[in-house]
Amino acid sequence: MSFLKRKGSQVIIDTLLKQGVDTVFGYPGGQNIPIYDALYGVKDITHILTRHEQGAIHAADGYARATGKVGVVFATSGPGATNLVTGLANANMDSVPLVAVTGQVPTSMIGNDSFQEADIYGISVPITKYNYLVKDVTKLERVLVEAFHIAKSGRTGPVLVDVPRDIQTSEVVSDKSLELRLPSYQPSIKGHAKQIIEATKAIESAEKPVIYAGGGVLSSGASEELFSLAETGSIPVAMTLMGLGSFPGTHSLSLGMLGMHGTKYANIAVAEADVLIAIGTRFSDRVTGKPEHFAVNAKIIHIDIDPAEIGKIKKCHIPIVGNCKMVLKVILEKLKPNKREKWVAKLNELKKEFPMAYSDSDKVIKPQYIIEQIYEATKGNAIITTDVGQHQMWTAQYYKFENPRTLITSGGLGTMGFGFPAAIGAKIGCPKKTVVNITGDGSFQMTIQEIATAVQYKIPIKVAILNNGYLGMVRQWQELFYGGRYSETDLGVSPDFVKIAEGYRAKGILVQRKEDVKSAIAKALEMEEPVIMDFRVDREENVMPMIPPGGTVKNVLG
Amino acid sequence: MEEKHTLSILVRNHPGVLSHIAGLFARRAYNIESIAAGVTEKPDVTRITIVVTGDEDVLEQVIKQLRKLIDVIKVVDLKYSDSITRELAIITVNCNNETRGEIIEISDVFNSTVVDLSESTVTIQVTGNDRQIKGIIKLLSRFGIEEMARTGVIALPYKSVR
Repeated sequence: MSFLKRKGSQVIIDTLLKQGVDTVFGYPGGQNIPIYDALYGVKDITHILTRHEQGAIHAADGYARATGKVGVVFATSGPGATNLVTGLANANMDSVPLVAVTGQVPTSMIGNDSFQEADIYGISVPITKYNYLVKDVTKLERVLVEAFHIAKSGRTGPVLVDVPRDIQTSEVVSDKSLELRLPSYQPSIKGHAKQIIEATKAIESAEKPVIYAGGGVLSSGASEELFSLAETGSIPVAMTLMGLGSFPGTHSLSLGMLGMHGTKYANIAVAEADVLIAIGTRFSDRVTGKPEHFAVNAKIIHIDIDPAEIGKIKKCHIPIVGNCKMVLKVILEKLKPNKREKWVAKLNELKKEFPMAYSDSDKVIKPQYIIEQIYEATKGNAIITTDVGQHQMWTAQYYKFENPRTLITSGGLGTMGFGFPAAIGAKIGCPKKTVVNITGDGSFQMTIQEIATAVQYKIPIKVAILNNGYLGMVRQWQELFYGGRYSETDLGVSPDFVKIAEGYRAKGILVQRKEDVKSAIAKALEMEEPVIMDFRVDREENVMPMIPPGGTVKNVLG
Repeated sequence: MEEKHTLSILVRNHPGVLSHIAGLFARRAYNIESIAAGVTEKPDVTRITIVVTGDEDVLEQVIKQLRKLIDVIKVVDLKYSDSITRELAIITVNCNNETRGEIIEISDVFNSTVVDLSESTVTIQVTGNDRQIKGIIKLLSRFGIEEMARTGVIALPYKSVR
């Protein structure tokens, strides 16, 4: 076997199989036909043909976030590869492990402005964790193995492997010595023992500690440890958008989401905290507002796998570089239980004083009401994907995520059009789970063509469009900060989403009255096929509370 | 505080690595004063020496981001006083029969070599640290520098004073 000659394209498929890949999302084209030829008839890999490469990479991303495995996407050269750019940047910002394999024009034609040539290697440098242009077929297998290793280790992220067509078609003898040679890539995962002791002491002596949990808790699988930390020390947990689901949203110690559209009590708690335990998070501007005014009273413990995140935005007092799960385990070995009755009581009061609420109506459908009904119908156990904008924030506020990896959302890049293909990927990764894409009429139309994919592969995902006919979040900013000048945010006449669904041979439901919301959701969840629900909601509802950009909890609106 | 730093970066020697590094500086809006790259005692390792001026906090972040790059093996922020820094410059200066002698005298003082002469120009090759190169440029500029090429600074830490 080891002396067998194989074509580069065969090496790609064989390596994917060795890596345990069972699903590939992609789109064939002129320069990756050999890869698709090698894939032909391979039973252990299911290929999902999307209708756009952006759909393919977001689906691979949704698959990766839902399962924790590496998502894999294929695209051809030139426009195929450039259509991956948004998806790569999206995965890079949210640290999602992906391997993208792109076709490239033959090596002899690179640089000639050949047909469908684009320098995707150069383009993807700043938006991937690492990238390769393979110019030697003998290095192909090693490159692919490295790509998977880099994608899924340390701070996970997307890796692009660009493979010219002649590399796919030339033959190579198997590489016998495939041990990794990455001397410059050794992520530290254990965490400094002394620092961990310091942190444990700081937590123990804290009177008003708050946990600030981010996506790193989920990617390191540290939810159990986070739960123990919170319960042992009676420490309330505020989560970032990316961290939702890392701690049960219904738990009495949950403060929900913090930051710009976070709960008032989460933001007040952070402002008052004497110790802030930041776990797997990067002090994003959506959380900190003005960093110098963020958590001013707190000694900050920052646990993160990426040393570059330590002190990037905010100076911390006890940095710990390591895998969140491993670091928390060590902290928990020593941490003494503490009831912290006074602090917990104070937070319970704050929760009563500033509850998450909206003024419901019988005349129009309030978008928040729909989220609550989806929550009730799925008992908080569905995988929810979102796009970006108002519906995303309402989902974060009103759907109480109970379990890890149940909210799949574009947190860092804020990519409209992400949620629907991500739902396809999530459902393929977790076929037993109910998967609902909560979206807006603006976002949904960015990748609406993927209804065809869902129908072709019989993927019974549900879409709830909170249709207000606006680019709602921008409209909200225009209302609040630009004197109500709604420049180019009115989407005009809404398309008939039911007819669009039906045109693609999916099911569509139009909901215009509040009393029909519950039954529509129930009906959609029962159907074993893709269903698009078009909810006509209150057009000018705002996401509240809101801390204006660069502000603090003192400036909160709503 | 704005200060000059010499970063000595050891990287895996393969195509694309320079674009990863230069791109990082560009993205952080960090201006590179000079950059010089060349192979080290190990054939698969390249040393890139970058001179930058900028804010300490930003630089600290840039160094962390550099260390994060998969190809970067080591990054050292070399202090000027603790390191040997050298650069080579080739300078073509305008001259006439009256000024030629003076130019060659200046060149001698700076331990430079005259590498080319024409009726109206002298070309000087000078090696030294930043201060010496700047010094000779200052003195020569009044004759009119026609063209100049600089290699960019390379540096190694002093071993003797440790």
